[in-house]
Parts: sequence; C-alpha cells; structure tokens
Amino acid sequence: MKQGLHPVVMLLLVAAAALFGRVLPTWTLSLATIAASNALIALGIVILARTGNVSFGQGLFYAAGGYGVALIANAWGITDALVQMLIGAVCGGLLGIVIGPLLARYSGIFFGMLTLALSMVLYGALVKTTALGGSDGFNIGRPTLFGLSFTDTREADFMLYAVSVVTTGLAGIAATILFRSELGLASLAVRENNLRVEYLGISSNWVVTINFAIAAVFAGASGSFALMAQRHIDPQFAYWTTSGEFVFVAVLAGYQSVAAVFVASLALELVRSFSNLYLPNTWQLVLGVFLLGVILFLPRGIGSLWIKQRRKRTDPPLTAVTAQKEAAQ
Amino acid sequence: MNFFLTVVLDGLIQASWLFIVALGLTLVFGVLKILNIAHGSFYALGAYIAATAVTTVAAHGLPPSFGFVAMLISVALIGSAIGLLLERGLLKMFYGRDEVVLLLVTYAVFLILEDATKLIWGVNPIYATQPYELFGNIEFAGLSYVGYDLVLLPVSAAIGFLVWFGLNRTVKGKIVLAVIHNEEMSVSMGVRVNRVYAVAFAFGVLLASLAGALTAPKISMQPGLSSDVIILSFAIVVIGGLGSVEGAAVGAILVGLARAASVHLMPQAELFMIYLIMAAVLMFRPEGLFKRETARRI
Repeated sequence: MKQGLHPVVMLLLVAAAALFGRVLPTWTLSLATIAASNALIALGIVILARTGNVSFGQGLFYAAGGYGVALIANAWGITDALVQMLIGAVCGGLLGIVIGPLLARYSGIFFGMLTLALSMVLYGALVKTTALGGSDGFNIGRPTLFGLSFTDTREADFMLYAVSVVTTGLAGIAATILFRSELGLASLAVRENNLRVEYLGISSNWVVTINFAIAAVFAGASGSFALMAQRHIDPQFAYWTTSGEFVFVAVLAGYQSVAAVFVASLALELVRSFSNLYLPNTWQLVLGVFLLGVILFLPRGIGSLWIKQRRKRTDPPLTAVTAQKEAAQ
Repeated sequence: MNFFLTVVLDGLIQASWLFIVALGLTLVFGVLKILNIAHGSFYALGAYIAATAVTTVAAHGLPPSFGFVAMLISVALIGSAIGLLLERGLLKMFYGRDEVVLLLVTYAVFLILEDATKLIWGVNPIYATQPYELFGNIEFAGLSYVGYDLVLLPVSAAIGFLVWFGLNRTVKGKIVLAVIHNEEMSVSMGVRVNRVYAVAFAFGVLLASLAGALTAPKISMQPGLSSDVIILSFAIVVIGGLGSVEGAAVGAILVGLARAASVHLMPQAELFMIYLIMAAVLMFRPEGLFKRETARRI
C-alpha cells in the first residue's frame, strides 16, 4: 500500500498504462493481458492473505468465472468483453459468498487444503462432464466491445489488453482503499489474533468471509479474461497447479504493495515466455529456480525493492531452537 | 457378496501403496512442519529410477527377481541421498519462515523435479513390467489376482508396523516423537533437532520413492504422475490428520476403498469422491480424524 499516492494519480497511471498498449509490439499485448489477468487473481490472494489465510484453490473461482462466461456467452450470444467480465465476476462472487462462510472457521494450512480440495472437486467433476467437453473443454468466439467487433488481430488484442489493464488497475485502486479502511485494518488484526478481535466485538469469521468473497470476485473476473484471451476453456482452469501459480505471483510480489503484484505477474509472464522461447520443455525448471531465488534473496517479495520498511524489522525472538540452528550454521 | 469382496480387495491393494506415500508425507509434516508438495515428485522419481534399474537388469539377461531387488536397492540409496541433499542444501535455509513460504519452496522443488525427470527420461510412457509376473497369479475367492498386487499388502503392513515400532518402542523414535510434540522442550533437553530434521526428511523421501519403485511394474511412467500422486496423498493425510501415522493408515484405506468403489460403480466420479470425503471430514473434524487437541495462544 503506497500511503502517499492519491487515488486520482493512480487513475491517471492506469489510463496511461492502458494507452501505452498502442505503442507496444503486438506479441507483448497478449502477454500483458495474461499478466494483468493473473495480477487480478493474485491481488485477491493478497487481500485474503491479509487475514492470515492463503487460498490454494483460487482455481475454483477462476474456473467458475471462465465456465460461467463461456456457457452464458454460448447460450445467449453475449460477446461484449465488459459484460463477459462482469458475468465472470458475478459467477466467482456468488460461489465465494456460498463457500466463504463455510471456510471462514478454518485457518492456516487447513484453510489452504480445504480450498485446494474444493477446486479439485470441481476439476474432477469438469473432467468427467462430457456435456462441457470433458478434459478437452470447448471454444468460444472472439469478444466484442460496445457493439464493435474487431477483425484485425492487433486491434482485438489491444481491446482486450485495455479492458484487462483498466479492470485490474481499478481493482488495484479499490484494494488500496480497502487496505486503509476499517475492514482492511480489521483483517490485519484477524491475522495477528482472531480471538482478540472477537473480544473487541468484531466477528472474525465475517471479516474473513468478506475478504474471501472479494478474492472470489477478482478470481472470477480473471477467469473471464483468461477465457477471452485464449477463446478456449478446459478443466485445467481448476487444477491445483493453476492455483499454485497464482499463489506464486502473490508471494513473488510480497504482501505490502499493490503495484508489486502487477510487476511480479509481468515478471512471471516474461520469464515464462522467454524460457518457452529459448529453453522449451524446461520452463517449469526455470520457474522453480526463479521462485527459489526470489524467496531466498527477496524474502519480502519484489515490493521490498522500492518500499522501505517504515518500522525497524523486529527480529524473531531468540528461542532455544533458533539458537541451536544458528550455532549449527 | 463377491462384488463386495472385489471392491474391498482392490481398495486394499490401492491403499497399500498409497499408505507408504502418505506415511512419508505425514512424517515430514510432523517433524519439520512442512507440507511437502514435492513429495509426489519423489514418488515419480522412485518409479523412474526403478524402471531404469529393471530394464538395465533385463538387458543383461538376468532374471526378473534380480531386477526387483536391484530396483529396491537403487531407489533406497538414491532416494535417501536426494532427501539428505535437499534438506541440508536447500530447506535448511528457509527454516523459521512462514509455513506458506516453505510450502512454496517445496512447490519450486516440484516444478524443478518435474522438468528434470522429463529431461532425463523423456515424455513418452516408460514400462518396467518384468517384476510384475514374479509372483504369478493367485486364485482368491474365485477371482484371479496378480500375485505382485497381493504381495504389496503384507509389504505395506510391515513398513507401517516398522515405522510404528521404531517411533514408539525405540529411544531414537521417542526422540523424534518428542520433537514432533514439542520442539522447544526437546532442544532444551539436548536433542539435536538438525539431525532429526535431516533424517526425517530423508526417510520421508525414501518412503515416497520406495512406493514409486513398488508400483513401477504396475503402471506406465509418464509426466503428470507426480501431481496425481501428491493430490491423492494430500487427501489421505488431511483425512487422517497431518502428522499422524494411524491417520495415514486409515486415510489410505478410506481413499483406496473410495477409489476402488468408484472404479467399479461410477468411474467418472473417482477424483470427485476422494475430495468429497476429504471435504466432509474437514467439515466435521477440521484437524482430521486422528489429530490430538492442541492448546492455542489467546
């Protein structure tokens, strides 16, 4: 959270980023679209992580958004990119509101495992549903915007780029406002100690549920962008490695800056496409080494490169265990 | 009745190798408090190494029983060596960090191993079926079973018993249990936690790769094996309770039976069933079936 930046300045930055797409080479447009869409879902993970819960199953809402949009688009012939994005967000959000209250009671590794389990239930169901194309999935048509259809691929790519960058940017601004709000501060308190929060008269389950639903809305919208960019959907959307990648982006970014989420997502996509180009078949290896490097050398994420810690870092208390470990090294 | 027996026996055969994998995962979590995503990769690694050992032995014209022994020995050696190397060389650097960070470190290891196995063994399916015929076919209750499958049952039970015995009836095992229950206190009593960590992680990797080797003759080795197995073993340890040996056994049997039942009744619902069981268990017992109550900070 950059405390200093005014929301209007941030809006201008977002508009500038969207227009910047006009001068970008064509191949970077689709890359940036995917990066913006991944940043959106990772932003949801960061929002949720502020309550101390990390979701390893955001693929659930990603797939819900994607399949929801694809089915509605094919059934009713809705092709507008903005409407599709809203449908995706609503699909993700509805599912989040249903599941959120059930999951809010859990914390830590169990929260993560339960979200993963639910996304795998959806994956298992989708793979075996032949009406939805089973494991092959199905295709949808090219999106339009305000009744305009884009026949030129560069124009179509730019349209999708602009919509996804603006959406993700607005979501980022909303997130910074959320972080400074009462709810955002209560979320941090829940992470520290949920029982004490309850004693203060705030329902910690409620705080987690709201954050969970916001993350689900973002994930659903992100799923719709992924669908529009690929014009294809398959159960892989809900698979656990897909969700793992989003957590990857969130951890890469660190939990202190919204801008870092975009940078991390873009960095990940660049690493992926370059290693795809120069080291085909080993991009996962490159990704793994990259992840290890970031965790090792930038323990607080990419955001720590430009955000100075205001408070002096409090060292973990020296216990017998850490003392022995330090002595051994 | 016959159908019921088939499902139970198939389920137990499934459970036998799943238990060995889950046992490793649950021990590593108990001692190091790391949920090891790379555990499935060690299973796959074991299976691939076993395939290489079996085919090498077969290429030299030696009988399949040699191949069987060769694969167990080579996997045991390489598996525990990799475990030790990873713990001492990599994981050690991240101790004391958030448990999610450690989870991601193992995720990175998973990604790296995934491509490393592809580089070494390629992407085409590999088979190592020679030892599968080793024990012939066995007639049981009017059904013909492959002997190898039935041999897995006592093997798995023996491994489970040995681990239980080692943990509960030997001094070294008691020390490991002490570290599981209260790391702080055991350090104060003079336990070298670093060693316990290294041995426990290596043992976990050993179990995973051993399970991979034991199942190698039954399956075809191809990319994607590791992510399938880790997803199953996660479900097992979460059902049973993370860090619990009894829990791993019960979870493996439940998951094995669920798999067998859905294969016979509703093949399309297999993965769905397993995760439904896991979600149901977590709804009613958030800590799994066998997790003891722990005190929390107020």
